[in-house]
Amino acid sequence: MGEIILEMKQIDKSFPGVHALDHVDFAVRKGEVHALMGENGAGKSTLMKVLTGIYSKDSGSIVYEGREVAFHNPREAQEAGVVIVHQELNMVGHLTVAQNIFIGREFKKGVGIDDKRMNEEAAKLFERLRIHIDPTETMSKLTVGKQQMCEIAKAISHDAKVIVFDEPSAALTETEIEELFKIIRDLREQGLGIVYISHRMDEIKVITDRVTVMRDGCYVGTLITEECTKDDIINMMVGRVIYEDPKAKSRVAPDAPVVLKVEHLNAGKMVQDVSFELRKGEILGFSGLMGAGRTETARAIFGADEKESGEVFVNGKKVDIRTPQDAVKCGIGYLSEDRKRFGIVVQKTIAENSTMASLKRFMKGPFIDKRQERTATQAYVDSLATKTPSVDQLVVNLSGGNQQKVVIAKWLIRNCDILIFDEPTRGIDVGAKNEIYKLMNRLVEEGKSIIMISSEMTEILRMSDRILVMCEGKKTGEIAIEEASQEAIMNMATREIQV
Amino acid sequence: MSQGNNTAVHGRKTLVQRIGGQKIIVFLVVVVLFAFFSMMSENFRKTSTIIQILDFSYYITLMSIGVTFPLITGGVDLSIGTGMICYALAGGYLFTKLNDPTNPNAMLALVAAGVALAFGILIGLLNGVLVSRMDLPPFLATLCTCMMTRGLGSLVANNSGVTWPGMQGEGFRGIFRILIPHEGGRPTIFPLGIVWILLLVILMEFVLKKTKVGRYTIAIGSNKEAAILSGINVKFYHMMAYVISGFFAGLAAVAYSAIIPTVQPGTGAGFELEAIGGAIIGGVSATGGSGSIIGSFLGVFVICLLKTGLPFIGLQANWQQIITGLVLIGAVMVDIVKARYKKP
Repeated sequence: MGEIILEMKQIDKSFPGVHALDHVDFAVRKGEVHALMGENGAGKSTLMKVLTGIYSKDSGSIVYEGREVAFHNPREAQEAGVVIVHQELNMVGHLTVAQNIFIGREFKKGVGIDDKRMNEEAAKLFERLRIHIDPTETMSKLTVGKQQMCEIAKAISHDAKVIVFDEPSAALTETEIEELFKIIRDLREQGLGIVYISHRMDEIKVITDRVTVMRDGCYVGTLITEECTKDDIINMMVGRVIYEDPKAKSRVAPDAPVVLKVEHLNAGKMVQDVSFELRKGEILGFSGLMGAGRTETARAIFGADEKESGEVFVNGKKVDIRTPQDAVKCGIGYLSEDRKRFGIVVQKTIAENSTMASLKRFMKGPFIDKRQERTATQAYVDSLATKTPSVDQLVVNLSGGNQQKVVIAKWLIRNCDILIFDEPTRGIDVGAKNEIYKLMNRLVEEGKSIIMISSEMTEILRMSDRILVMCEGKKTGEIAIEEASQEAIMNMATREIQV
Repeated sequence: MSQGNNTAVHGRKTLVQRIGGQKIIVFLVVVVLFAFFSMMSENFRKTSTIIQILDFSYYITLMSIGVTFPLITGGVDLSIGTGMICYALAGGYLFTKLNDPTNPNAMLALVAAGVALAFGILIGLLNGVLVSRMDLPPFLATLCTCMMTRGLGSLVANNSGVTWPGMQGEGFRGIFRILIPHEGGRPTIFPLGIVWILLLVILMEFVLKKTKVGRYTIAIGSNKEAAILSGINVKFYHMMAYVISGFFAGLAAVAYSAIIPTVQPGTGAGFELEAIGGAIIGGVSATGGSGSIIGSFLGVFVICLLKTGLPFIGLQANWQQIITGLVLIGAVMVDIVKARYKKP
């Protein structure tokens, strides 16, 4: 580790009603990978946005390469050598790789753009990163992993001295993550300062040199990665010890009836010959890496995507589900991982959202019976402990956890007995997570059955009665909770990947 | 992983890929349509018909070149049809007011054309500001200016038709057609306009593919957020797409006035749809992000051929609209199927 290249001192930032950053300190040295950790809403992203000029700070100072700086926009930061590789990739899909890397500062030849030179320069960058990507390929044709490599190449082409990786591994496969780590290590060798934002504890241990933890907009502390344990970091993050012990054993009676049976389901490359059973009162965990085909399987069962072949039985009866409408009629409810796009209508009230799937029940002639709608919704707001002043509140004003409860209410009102939770706690903070967990447990106790797709190993081990593991579109294993371990699941989840 | 042996990583693109499949298909459609109508009708085969098709294609093509830019940003410009008439009326009215019939002044025609262009740029600027600065949806913003230009045109021309200079002789028309005299016969007409159009198509294809204005137009339509974060002055380039569209509507006004003897106030609505339709048939993505000027040019010819050709085989104008609509659906379907096919 070298000298300090970037130091943020006593950074303070408030938004109306929120003290987002409370006198935060953060420093990066040359040639180090520095993890920035904290729960959702801890202020990591805000801090990085202040750094790159997307937000202006209320007070505090930023010293970069020995001089105090204040970038007014990402472009200024970029030109000075401070670059963010965003979680959502900022690529123009219709342009080529080289055109994307040099966007905003194209080489010119006469009045036109010199694409040939841009291709050559891009090729040089990839050589330096030791990766193989054709600069003339259209960006949208690359995999997410390759696209991210292009973002890194773009950062380096700016002669970056500090690169911020914002949850870079979230959408990558295991192999791609390894490739990413190789590049990060190379960059560290070359003396760059690297900020690594991630929630994945195991990655932090592997790739970073130091860890800075934030909580509720405050700086908590900085540790040297080698000298600390996972628990140290978690304790700093949550400010309290949390117990995330795996479930000891399944609570499902061995003779519980099978409510959902899927046989030889095929739907494109992502769902190949998937078979499984779901019992009454069971939480069946779907584990696997990003892109293993779990969501695709759920969507195919739910009728949101086309099936090629395979049979689905609900309560022992063969059903033909072609559209989500059919699935709902069979009592299957799907809670999407992307709530905002598929789960709720944010500009509508809780009541309107809750009854959306079962409006028929709330009709009085051609009109919606608003009073009945509100009473029914109120009942679920109470029983799910949704935090809201009234059922007339717009869903957009609720927190992530409470929005999730609205989606759950929607399916409960529809009398769905089989619920598919796709990443139920994504984007929800720790406190609300526990509530969702309790709620899921209560639902199965009441006789509902749950399929839970989750990429968080702790969540899988804590909630599931049985675990199904997928990899590259195939089911690679099924394991009872009593025998499950992280290693066993990981082993099955990577079975099909050739390194 | 499956993409490991992706040919795209190493392989060169084929010629067809380079030019773009859809353009070749549209070109073939143009050829086939032309051959079909020529076979079916003796009258269609005449030079005069071809000249007529070309004459009536100029202003649609010019509008189509312009509107391709807003379309690629993911927007649309509905004001070009009534706008074109408005600019033609404004330019023509100025000419008739200033012109002294006993002492004709050729330069005045240039002034009139300049006025039409300036008017077009102005309305384009207004559209651009409404869309890029005020965040109005392009459909709405240009629908408003569409109505405004319609009223404005009638107002400027005092509700009466306007005739541009040189209609009696071939003077002003000479920009678009040259008469080659023959001994003792009718002169041969050379459609000079198509040369200008081809030059403009090539120029604007270059602008779209090889200059910042064009590249950022594509970037805005493909991923506006990414363009902003790349430090591009998105507001400016977004506005420029509409300015280009307005400028070309101005050029179309000049071409229209040269072809149509008298420009009538209150007309023009519907022309924009032919121009937009042509662009879409030519491969401009209905959701923005991709397209080409050459494609739009070819697409316009599909529409113009249908418009002129169908009456020759005994189908009324109403049929032409129905068939054009069907062709459009086909073109959009190609776009959708392509997008679905591309998904991994």
